[in-house]
Amino acid sequence: MDFELTDEQTLLRNSLQKLLSAEYSFERRQAMLQTPFGHSPAVWKLLAGQGVLGAGLPEAQGGFGGPVETMIVMEEIGRALVLEPYMSSVVVCGGLIADLGTEAERNELLPRIIAGDCCAALAHHEADARYTLSHVKTSVRRQPGGLVLNGTKTVVQDGAVADIVIVSAQDDEVGGLSLLLLDSTTPGFEWIRYRTQDGRSGADLICRDVQVTEQHVLGARGAGLAAIELAVDTAIAASCAEAVGAMDALNAATLEHLKTRRQFGQPIGRFQVLQHRMADMFLQATQARSMSFLATGRCREPDRVQRRRALSAAKAFIGKAARFVGQQAVQLHGGMGMSAQLSVSHYFKRLTLINATWGDVDHHVGIVGDLLLTAEQ
Amino acid sequence: MNLDFSAEETQFREQVRAFLCRDLPAQLSAKVLGLKRLTREDIIGWQRILHCAGWGGPSWPKEFGGTGWSSIEQHIFDEECSLAGAPPIISFGSRMVGPVIMAFGNRAQQEHFLPRILNGTDWWCQGYSEPGAGSDLASLTTRAERRGSVYSVNGQKTWNTLGHLADWIFCLVRTDSEARPQAGISFLLIDMRTPGITVRPIPLIDGEHEVNEIWFDNVEVPIANLIGEENKGWTYAKYLLTHERVNIAQVGQARRELKRLQQLAARQLEGGQRLLDNVRFRHRLAEVEIDLMALELTVMRVLSAEKKRRDPGPESSVLKIRGSEIQQALSELNMQALGHYALPWIPTALDADWHGSPAGAEVWAPLTGRYFNQRKTSIFSGSNEIQRNIIAQRILGL
Repeated sequence: MDFELTDEQTLLRNSLQKLLSAEYSFERRQAMLQTPFGHSPAVWKLLAGQGVLGAGLPEAQGGFGGPVETMIVMEEIGRALVLEPYMSSVVVCGGLIADLGTEAERNELLPRIIAGDCCAALAHHEADARYTLSHVKTSVRRQPGGLVLNGTKTVVQDGAVADIVIVSAQDDEVGGLSLLLLDSTTPGFEWIRYRTQDGRSGADLICRDVQVTEQHVLGARGAGLAAIELAVDTAIAASCAEAVGAMDALNAATLEHLKTRRQFGQPIGRFQVLQHRMADMFLQATQARSMSFLATGRCREPDRVQRRRALSAAKAFIGKAARFVGQQAVQLHGGMGMSAQLSVSHYFKRLTLINATWGDVDHHVGIVGDLLLTAEQ
Repeated sequence: MNLDFSAEETQFREQVRAFLCRDLPAQLSAKVLGLKRLTREDIIGWQRILHCAGWGGPSWPKEFGGTGWSSIEQHIFDEECSLAGAPPIISFGSRMVGPVIMAFGNRAQQEHFLPRILNGTDWWCQGYSEPGAGSDLASLTTRAERRGSVYSVNGQKTWNTLGHLADWIFCLVRTDSEARPQAGISFLLIDMRTPGITVRPIPLIDGEHEVNEIWFDNVEVPIANLIGEENKGWTYAKYLLTHERVNIAQVGQARRELKRLQQLAARQLEGGQRLLDNVRFRHRLAEVEIDLMALELTVMRVLSAEKKRRDPGPESSVLKIRGSEIQQALSELNMQALGHYALPWIPTALDADWHGSPAGAEVWAPLTGRYFNQRKTSIFSGSNEIQRNIIAQRILGL
């Protein structure tokens, strides 16, 4: 085993840290929260300028590296609480286009995504599905002159700022799921845009008799579910890294608070009950990092069962750790932890939302449990 | 031992239900049950309705215009009010400063202030915490210096709840900086309209305006507004805190939230199946229900003991810890039940007359913010760490 980063990877991390600490202070982020959807074209362009939007995407279209590079970027995004649609545009949709797209599609779209000229979002979740990826009622049917898409997608992350969208639908003609790659202004789309609790954006997408053709199908028709599962596992690994970065920052802030906040004539970090709490937060974050490595290392694993077990275990573990670290960071900050003027509450909110995305703790514990039964048979 | 309510208590419950059925406006209970934003008028209006029924002081003795109910009756009343969706009563007046004025105020103070709390004239708020005095409340530094017939008050209070709506504030102030910290504190009643008071909101985690910082700049307070004796304020404050903690068990509210959770889990679908049919999620509900049963009976035991001894005593810390933990667990599960719908932030959906999109948001939109907001319950009113210190030191003698 080798847990060391290469020189190039270390350089990526250091330069991104430097960029974000110069350009993405908490105060600047507070100002960005006041914009309609949190997304800053200027910051997005800065990230593109450093080549960060190419991490994990193919070199042929201007990308570089793989899951480890994605992990490095996402950890820094978590540490600085970046509001940008990196996960949706680069990790999920960039990844799907790289995996499934024709050479023409890759050449057309990936350079634009990498240059920050085009934001993409995945419209997959539906209201009655919860975290079950296979539950899709949106349908695509044959009609004279092409295909027609109908259905409602809920909580499309970064949906309010997306230029293009990948919509999953039951393909009545061939069976299974097909993925449609569409412009967000396609006639028949109704977007209900909103902010999310962590200051980012989301949207519900209602598709009414949307006219599409086979040209819009990304990858093979009917083969969408396996592709979505792989993309979600890449997203889970990226989420785990983001949570690790956020937990790191939150633990550092809490430790500083314990050392500097004085009550009863001494720093509150002198009280043993708070020392033990902080020690538990540290050990949760330490192990969360191990699980983030596991997720990163296994997210492209072709053996579906191995991959499933590793990714669900990582997401469940990190969800529990993030909940503990987030709640206790607020608790140890006292009233100050409840204030929107300190970063603590913002980290806590982001960690809470990471937990509710791509399957919560119960969902993934359930999957690991189901795999125990499968292994027994 | 008998775990059942007496015939009189059961009859009392029926009486409360009939009252709520008749006098609680449906529009108001819909707002409360829907976790909508309440206005000052909603809360004051309810206090007036209670007052008209002679129930303005459910926890007060008859001699001060209260109902004279036993603590068991008060508990039944609170529980029925919560389940029916009555707005919260303004606890800073009714449950906090009111009992202090009754126990330690002079005749003139009692005659002036208490009726105004009962009939909803005065909204009270609390000036305890300061930037440098949180858990270590006795280290507070807001000064009150005597100048003839007034105190001149200078300093800063923080984490003040709803002070922007308040008419009066009760404050702990330092009147003797030479004495040991607890011995130099006095309990002052201050009119919020007095010149020199500045109230500034602290934006909170859920985006709502609930707490404030309050500055006092040469605020002149008549000496007649001192409660009890100068420098004895700490004793009164401790009396108040133990009263506050019994209330904070919030069993009725927890029952209401559990019911909401059960309904939500029956409606939310997971791959087309009811979330309530997911055994893992259902067991989480069951665990909270079991914890709530334990809390409820413990509350009843403390209340029964209180009948004989009036002062709730340090075991109220048990109720505060468990009450806050159960409220937090319920708010967390309510959010968890939403799945992806935990993500959207739609603050307008907390307004009573909102009918926007996405459809259904009026039901789920308040729940994630409520989870964030409820983190306060293990921090305020004596953090749960402080409560455990009280149990360790005052009950266990460690």
